[in-house]
Amino acid sequence: MADPQIKWRKIKNDLFKGLVVFLSLLATLPLLLILFYILRQGFSSINWSFLTNLPKPVGESGGGISNAIVGTLIIVGTAAVMAIPLGVLAGIYLNEQRNSKVARYCDLAIDVLQGIPSIVIGIIIYEWVVRTMGGFSAFSGSAALALMMLPFIAKTTQETLKLVPNHLKEASLALGVPYYKTVLKVIVPAGLSGILSGAILGIARVIGETAPLLFTAFGNPFMSTELSKPMSSLPLVIFNYATSPYEDWHQLAWGASLILILIVLTLNMITKFIESRWKIQF
Amino acid sequence: MEDSVLKLKDFNAFFGENKVLKNINLDIEERKVWTILGPSGCGKTTLIRCINRMHEMTPGAHTSGQIFLKEKDIFGINPVLLRRKIGMVFQRPNPFPTMSIAHNVLAGYSLNGIKLSKNERNEIVETSLKDAALWDEVKDKLSQKGTFLSGGQQQRLCIARTLAMKPEVLLLDEATSALDPVSTAKIEELIFQLKNQYTILMVTHNMQQAARVSDKTAFLFLGELIEYNDTKEIFTNPRHKKTQDYITGRFG
Repeated sequence: MADPQIKWRKIKNDLFKGLVVFLSLLATLPLLLILFYILRQGFSSINWSFLTNLPKPVGESGGGISNAIVGTLIIVGTAAVMAIPLGVLAGIYLNEQRNSKVARYCDLAIDVLQGIPSIVIGIIIYEWVVRTMGGFSAFSGSAALALMMLPFIAKTTQETLKLVPNHLKEASLALGVPYYKTVLKVIVPAGLSGILSGAILGIARVIGETAPLLFTAFGNPFMSTELSKPMSSLPLVIFNYATSPYEDWHQLAWGASLILILIVLTLNMITKFIESRWKIQF
Repeated sequence: MEDSVLKLKDFNAFFGENKVLKNINLDIEERKVWTILGPSGCGKTTLIRCINRMHEMTPGAHTSGQIFLKEKDIFGINPVLLRRKIGMVFQRPNPFPTMSIAHNVLAGYSLNGIKLSKNERNEIVETSLKDAALWDEVKDKLSQKGTFLSGGQQQRLCIARTLAMKPEVLLLDEATSALDPVSTAKIEELIFQLKNQYTILMVTHNMQQAARVSDKTAFLFLGELIEYNDTKEIFTNPRHKKTQDYITGRFG
């Protein structure tokens, strides 16, 4: 230790380590600030009646966003039901047939689909679903969100299954297990935690999407649970209230933002839990 | 020979254009241990992967010629059924990570959807693990994950899983090369006992191992079968110069 050169090296090491830690903390700072700000702004408007009441007209105090919470759950839930099976199957296909030309084409198509801006997806669904069905509907909103989830889920499934070692597949085939049973009973279970957390992250990603819902689900000041009718949702409520000129509606928008962020945080925590709990060591 | 279980006739194997096995003719008798010996890249593993038709799973791989399992051409048998008759143990232990020790042993049944009664299941687990010389070490933790075992135990679990299907032939693809000497000795002992019931075909890099456990040895060089004979003959009195060079360590 007496050697000055070693001492200098140690100082450089510590400096570098300090810098890395500092920069990592710096990167989390925006998130902490956003959380803090929304918590401060939104916390005061959250109470039981905010969660259970319907919106009130301008001028009347109180009012809640129960219709938006229910709407979000229905719209995103329907989207998940459409996108998860399709996305997981596509991901399995992309992983299993990775040498085929069709799969490479699908892979590219999914990458491009993932890059399409959400507003464009909104317009497309407006053309395809809203116009053919003759009006705004929760279902069209679900279709738009499903289209956004689909490539994400297909990709995470593909990436997860890529990590399942080939020797497991060979072990199963060598026992005389047919190919499709090998995929369904050996390969998919080995990647199940990754597939599940990918699906949940997919939900978390689209739950805050506003643009595709503007001309599809449209929004609704009343409680609606019908997929064929316009339906409210949290991002739409935030958009409408925040762009309104009324101060008390701004408050409601902050409250709705806080609820939305809490939902996203919860979904992320569930993903972490699944990953740590069901992680499979190969 | 009338008691040959496996018979290869003018057999060739390819990866794309590349011919990796050239005109192999081999007769393998029942309840004998055969070793396929040869330097890296000579086609040993390909040879045994052809016998349970795993070779053709590789994109671009194909074969010509015939292999007979008890007089029946294996290329006329559905590969799924063939692989239940010809069990294989791989170089690296590969127990199913989602399954317990007992479920790993039963995997060949459960994955195929073959229903077994509780008694049958217990019986198969116990006899297979006993045959694989693993029962005493794991009998109290059958419901634990197979991946918690040591490497040598995992490999014996994989052998038990293969034996549970009651195969006619057992293929061992360098089954001890990833293991420590103690585990290797255990598996060699196991091979000695298993040859009373099974025909065993093993690939190894380890010449001492070949000399210790096998009855017959075949020497493969650059995809060609140079010679095969009783193991003792091959090691003491090889007919070909290449075999002699290899076993005396001049190359390989």
